[in-house]
Amino acid sequence: MTAHDLWLLSPELSVAGLAVLVIIVDLIIDKKTPLIWLAAIGLLVPLGLTLGLWFNTPETEIGVFGTVTADRFALFFHFLLIGTTGAVIIAGATYSKKFVGFQGEFLTLVLLSVSGMMLLVASRDVITAYVALELSALPAAALAAFLRTDRSLEAGLKFLLLSALSSAVLLYGLVYLYGATGTTDISGMLEAINGMTADGGRAFGSSAIMLGVVMVVAGFGFKMAMAPFQMWVPDVYEGAPTPVVAFLSIASKSAAFAIVLRVLYTALGTEGLAADWSTLIAILAAITMTAGNLLALSQQNIKRMLGYSTVAHAGYLLVGLAAVAGNSDSADFIAGPQGVLFYLVAYAVTNLAVFFAIIAITNKTGSDMISGFAGMARRAPVLSVLLALGLLSLLGIPPTAGFLGKIFVFSAAVDSGLAWLAIIGVINSVVSAFYYLRVVRTMFLDEPESEERVTADIPVWAATLVASAGLLIFGIAPSSLLEFARYAVFGVIT
Amino acid sequence: MNLENVLLVSAIIFAIGLYGAMTRRNAIILLMSIELMFNAVNIAAVGFSRYTVPTALAGDPVSVTTDMVQSALSGHIFALFIIASAAAEVALGLALVIAIYRQRETADVSELDTLRG
Repeated sequence: MTAHDLWLLSPELSVAGLAVLVIIVDLIIDKKTPLIWLAAIGLLVPLGLTLGLWFNTPETEIGVFGTVTADRFALFFHFLLIGTTGAVIIAGATYSKKFVGFQGEFLTLVLLSVSGMMLLVASRDVITAYVALELSALPAAALAAFLRTDRSLEAGLKFLLLSALSSAVLLYGLVYLYGATGTTDISGMLEAINGMTADGGRAFGSSAIMLGVVMVVAGFGFKMAMAPFQMWVPDVYEGAPTPVVAFLSIASKSAAFAIVLRVLYTALGTEGLAADWSTLIAILAAITMTAGNLLALSQQNIKRMLGYSTVAHAGYLLVGLAAVAGNSDSADFIAGPQGVLFYLVAYAVTNLAVFFAIIAITNKTGSDMISGFAGMARRAPVLSVLLALGLLSLLGIPPTAGFLGKIFVFSAAVDSGLAWLAIIGVINSVVSAFYYLRVVRTMFLDEPESEERVTADIPVWAATLVASAGLLIFGIAPSSLLEFARYAVFGVIT
Repeated sequence: MNLENVLLVSAIIFAIGLYGAMTRRNAIILLMSIELMFNAVNIAAVGFSRYTVPTALAGDPVSVTTDMVQSALSGHIFALFIIASAAAEVALGLALVIAIYRQRETADVSELDTLRG
């Protein structure tokens, strides 16, 4: 452990340090509102350190005994995770007044969870990755149960049990990969696999690696909300506090996709293996988006509906993951992962805008049911327009970021010979129009329950506006984000 | 003892744990079943570490590199980390079960059905 290792780990360490600082200050002061601003402003430190690493380190910088890296790929996700967390903390300022006396613990758990996610995207060793995964999942389970009502506790316990189960499955897979390759280092695995003689005709070249890959994909699939491991999503989304849902749906999912990209592209990136896992992921993508969209159709609770919508979006993202073009020399080889990264950012700003608008409205109305949004266009015109904009971006209508995200992943799929998957994706998008537009119709055409105006506090207002601006900017001028994603992808492609 | 036997024991214990996690209704027994799965993973990790990797170390001691020693030990280290994080998982799980028991007087997960649709 050298000073250089600390420098590479500094974003993660500063977030964890901020968590400790918040809990200490919480012990000292009586009024809890300043803690929110301490946490939000404190996040500028890891942001600055990430910027510093971006401009000051060479492409492939590996530290802490080869277990952690600060490559562009990890830093890309650091920006995304820190931005999401900051926005969630600010927008949750009003909501967290519900946790009387426990705002400090709430913020600490959010920060600890995000430090785990940041370590997860930066890890190059499966042991580190597993520990980081637990560090991100355990605080998240506590956060889901944070309201301590019947529904919230139920959400927390369900999340914890299924998360532990999926961890066990994941570990079994990781251990078999270790056994087959003799190393826990992700790039070491690639070397070992390259050195093996393939067992003629068998998928993945050997049974141990096949078992490992299938179980690893299943274990991470839980985090990504991939079918058939999506059953926790609607329950947790309905029961957990809304800011926690926004946090889970974006941060937890982005981190899971990041580590899956790294494991698949770096450790299992050889041409023969890529063809095998590409097929596996393509089938899972088709099942995931279809299941998510069909189950979302009949939902009455908006958080539950968005839970199934998250599953559907995991399916679209898996389309990008499955799109591996033939060999690593061709120019469109990076199109799939680049599309996934763009989609994740587009999905992050979109989902933030949607959840923040919902937080702003439900803070006043107190109901999560879609019927509670009836005539909201008259009671809160601007918030309704922003919520509708977010829903249109989830649906994929131009000129929003969601539209471009879908274009990129589907065109990557077509280029890599998965046209059937792109067609299923487009059909699914059409199906999803039904439930997204139902909310828009309820807001704009139905009669309101009362004429009372719905107003929001300034922090959640500002956060909603910023997220909505982001989804329009990335939708109209995507080139700089796309370039940013292209840089990042070279971190995992060998 | 050889690697096959160790992996067989590990697979059997994992399957028993998975079966328990799928069929049992009591949250405490669910946590125990999941713990069984973690321990099955530990057996496999240590087994791989003991039986496959050290063959590389058996040769000329001069040619043994730090990398080889590290990869031989990885399985043991992995098991230690799994034990630690599984303990944390159970601690949080029991805390949630107690919180639920105080409100509903039950630890039966099939009765946790306020969230559905």
